[in-house]
Amino acid sequence: MEHVLTTGTGTRPALQTAPGEPRNPRSRTARRWTGLIAGAVALVVATALSIAVGSRSLGLATVWQVLWHDDGSAAAAVVHQLRLPRTALGIAVGAALGLAGTVMQALTRNPLAEPGLLGVNLGASTGVVLAIAFLGVGTATGYVWFAIAGAGLTSAAVFALGGSGRAPTPERQVLAGVSLTAVLGAGVWAVLVTHREAFDRYRHWDVGSLADREAATIVQVTPFLVTGVVLALALGRQLNALSMGDDSATSLGARPARIRVLGMITITLLCGAATAASGPIWFLGLAVPYAARMVTGSDYRWILAYALVLGPALLLASDVIGRVLVAPAELPVGVVTAFLGAPLFIALCRRRRLSVL
Amino acid sequence: MNAAGVRLRRSGGATRLVIRTRAGRLSLRVHLRALLVGAGLLVVALSVSLVNLSTGDFPLPLREVLRSLLGQGDPGTDFIVHELRLPRVLITVLVGAALGASGTIFQRLTRNPLGSPDFVGLTVGAATGALVVLLLLDGGGPQVAVGAVLGCLATSVAIYLLAFRRGVQPFRLVLMGIGVSALLESFNSYLIYRSRLDEALSAQVWLIGSVNGRGWTEVALVGGTLAVLLPVALYHGRHLDMLGMGDETAVLQGVPVERGRAVLALTGVGLAAGATAAAGPIAFVALAAPQLATRLTRSPHAGVLPAALMGSALLSASDWAAQHALPGDDMPVGVVTAALGGVYLTWLLFHERRHNG
Repeated sequence: MEHVLTTGTGTRPALQTAPGEPRNPRSRTARRWTGLIAGAVALVVATALSIAVGSRSLGLATVWQVLWHDDGSAAAAVVHQLRLPRTALGIAVGAALGLAGTVMQALTRNPLAEPGLLGVNLGASTGVVLAIAFLGVGTATGYVWFAIAGAGLTSAAVFALGGSGRAPTPERQVLAGVSLTAVLGAGVWAVLVTHREAFDRYRHWDVGSLADREAATIVQVTPFLVTGVVLALALGRQLNALSMGDDSATSLGARPARIRVLGMITITLLCGAATAASGPIWFLGLAVPYAARMVTGSDYRWILAYALVLGPALLLASDVIGRVLVAPAELPVGVVTAFLGAPLFIALCRRRRLSVL
Repeated sequence: MNAAGVRLRRSGGATRLVIRTRAGRLSLRVHLRALLVGAGLLVVALSVSLVNLSTGDFPLPLREVLRSLLGQGDPGTDFIVHELRLPRVLITVLVGAALGASGTIFQRLTRNPLGSPDFVGLTVGAATGALVVLLLLDGGGPQVAVGAVLGCLATSVAIYLLAFRRGVQPFRLVLMGIGVSALLESFNSYLIYRSRLDEALSAQVWLIGSVNGRGWTEVALVGGTLAVLLPVALYHGRHLDMLGMGDETAVLQGVPVERGRAVLALTGVGLAAGATAAAGPIAFVALAAPQLATRLTRSPHAGVLPAALMGSALLSASDWAAQHALPGDDMPVGVVTAALGGVYLTWLLFHERRHNG
């Protein structure tokens, strides 16, 4: 009896059998492992492509050689100083956003929840802008704290704005997030127009990109990311309990309020750190749990594990596409994910039956 | 019973003015409080406009302004009033009215206080059109307005088609808008990212929304839009009450649901497009004006007209604040409305929480 929770509205039967779900538990486990291994292979391939492909074309053999022997050549410089840090950043940010999206969907019981759509990423941006423009913060160390504070405040606000109400449907939550994003965004740009230099720095960051990020930033966000990832992975069992509704979760011995707080901390750490490092990236947190759920069913322990490999794989693949598509120029990865993710969002919304407004 | 005449009638705790011709062929029911509130808002909008006409770098006494408006001023005053200040003041009033009306239509159609054209992708589409003209085609002035109108119309057609599935469910319309606008938003930030700093800055000022430096062309644009569409909105606005009760009820009451909705939505789009083309995507007025009008008239069915007047009053007051908040600095009016938007959303947040405590 494996079920997928597709909605938390409670206005129509929320249970629906996952498509193609095998009845035999053993074959299901086998299928989950196969999928996970396939995901890991995809991640390895994406990593290899991210190191090998770029505006300066290097032969695969050359890349392989200089990867292990930094011989001081131009090729070695490209690989070690540009592509390796970029790939590492992509893996970190991808994992963070994939996990954050998963935890968010579990907490809100909302298959449309996503850190970008719900405004958490822009909250982090707002924190950074205020820090740059008004407090004169110029170091990566400062950015991270402000990004995390901004992400925390907005996620709390979105949960309060969209999560209460008469019928806190997934759609209402998305709308609350979008409205908050619009106002924050307008405020951010209003501040920036009067601060020329901050504006210049911000527009390169706002587009969401893995290129030209300072190495110091990556080092700075690592502790936050690691804490967030560990927390997220540890939450799997509690999220499963929560997905049955607060009453059932309580009767199973779980404590919904505590799970929510822990989940919010996780989301805040992951989104704040990822956004501080790469700028706001949309739709990754929507696509990753969706893809994972198609294979695993509703068990959040597995969805989280999948998110950990699929998030980086998708982000790196998008980044490579951005590099190849308009070569020798580059499309920032945030633009690529938006163009890949928005159609998915539209398709998801079209398929859902909208019973409540 | 069938006598012609004007009579006062109390029903449901509200006093209504009923105007009726003999045999009841034409019967107009006016909500008395709405009438008074509307008149009050009109007075507010006009007086703030007069203040805006008389203040500025070169202050003029109110008497001089009034005489100049009546065609009896001296040439110097005439130049300042007619050429410099009047277009700006008129645009502020007209754009406010268009945004208020458009906001009411969308909020009532989607039955959601957050369903305003800012968030359903229309203003983003207009912004994309304008940015393409500004940054890719090197256009300016009226061409930008044309680009904005085309962008807005193309986006709304796309959203409508995407949402169409055996009729258009209003909420699906909003969600499609969110998906499409996320895509366009990232395209916009890419356009700003890849252009030169000066161009990017001026494009960004347009994106915030400003009534500064506009001429009679823009006045004609938004004035014409209002003259054509406001009567349509008022005429079809009477269906909004029935549509708000759900499609089934509306059909039973003889309202042509799908057609009425399409006409209303088109009118709302047109009003938003005209306003955006004239002044840029000014945030928040379309969101808050209908809600404030509803609160002031103490009626859940505040019509299109009170909201339009509320929009005028709000935007005029915001423009006054934008000119006087920082001495010697004429801010874009969008900055002020964004700040107000933040206050409004916070209020909504607490309001919703208190209600569901």
